[in-house]
Amino acid sequence: MSAAATDWREQIFETLKAHDIRQVYYVPDAGHSRLIELCQTSNAMRAIVLTTEEEAMAGTLGAWLGGEKSVTLMQSSGVGNCINMLGLSKTLRYPMLMLITMRGDFGEMNPWQNAMGQATPKVLEAAGCIVFSVERAEEVQPTVHAATNMAFEGNQAVAVLLRQKLIGAKSFGKD
Amino acid sequence: MPATLHRRAVVKALMQDPGDDLLVVAGLGQCTWDITAAGDRPQNMPLWGGMGGAAMVGLGLALAQPRKRVLVITGDGDMLMGLGSLATIAAQRPTNLAVIVLDNEKFGETGNQATHTAPATGAPTERGAGTDLAAVARGCGIADSAVIAHDSDVPQLAKDARTKPGPIFRTVKVMTEVLPQTMPPKDGAYLKDRFRHAVLGTA
Ligand SMILES: Cc1ncc(C[n+]2csc(CCOP(=O)(O)OP(=O)(O)O)c2C)c(N)n1
Repeated sequence: MSAAATDWREQIFETLKAHDIRQVYYVPDAGHSRLIELCQTSNAMRAIVLTTEEEAMAGTLGAWLGGEKSVTLMQSSGVGNCINMLGLSKTLRYPMLMLITMRGDFGEMNPWQNAMGQATPKVLEAAGCIVFSVERAEEVQPTVHAATNMAFEGNQAVAVLLRQKLIGAKSFGKD
Repeated sequence: MPATLHRRAVVKALMQDPGDDLLVVAGLGQCTWDITAAGDRPQNMPLWGGMGGAAMVGLGLALAQPRKRVLVITGDGDMLMGLGSLATIAAQRPTNLAVIVLDNEKFGETGNQATHTAPATGAPTERGAGTDLAAVARGCGIADSAVIAHDSDVPQLAKDARTKPGPIFRTVKVMTEVLPQTMPPKDGAYLKDRFRHAVLGTA
């Protein structure tokens, strides 16, 4: 990790780079916007914009078949789009690393996010993923590092939930 | 105009020499049996699930192995479930990827129910929407997209699928046939390790 990175989003980028992650699958979330930009402009990574999050699980399998590591960036509602595909990791035993920005979590102001946000960890666990949860900035880097190791050393699906206590809740003009 | 092409003959023509290093991903259902009937080999990744995902497996693989040719052979039902992946592929422009849809206008594996690619007119059990997957692929940004319907076009199809700069997309109109289910190994972890061994020299 570069000594200059103090922002946790930049620390995630440096950690992914240090682990030689080459393919970055994403459907944008505001919480991931800085990280997505860093990946888009990196020479070491290819940022792959998706039409739906489930494309990432299949892309990740293809990447691994070809010897490349990948990561998926999405918000919690996207987990709901992936359920059948999440199970592929358990069936084929391949690494699936996911960094998930939470909505419908702590102080959410948009009630349409709450149902899937609350279901997110349960859905991931039901599909066989290991789930880590981060609420404090200083825990982000060590958690992403640990999750990446567990995914790629263990041929395992691992999700890191970046909780709303960490990223903040959108105010929708009602602070 | 009823289809006249036999899917097994088309797949045999596409795969040609089982000894070469073409990387082949097959969508669930009959395509998985088709590539196995053409000759099971470690560089085949026959899917038994993950419906809608075949083209994306091909994309991730094509990006990871830019010097090898990647062929996705899948059904119209699988492709319809993952239509958005055509736009995702177009955005990445992998020059080594060909996506071939064997379009029998049916969900074959589940009892030959009509898919959206079936004609928009006809009996309730036969009708679809006349969806043209090659037009969808072109609309998504895969400029080199076409429909193949005649025996005489199969040699060119095979050549393009294996060598033409990609991404290319082909819909191949095939007959509805009752064929033996030629099954590859079923264990996903085994298939994945076998493939990685063949391509990377390590599981
Ligand atoms: C998510 C999901 N929905 C439904 C099914 C059931 N299913 C298995 S194969 C199949 C049809 C596949 O049709 P197509 O891709 O056209 O292949 P064909 O069998 O006609 O070659 C369906 C609907 C499934 N396996 N997964």
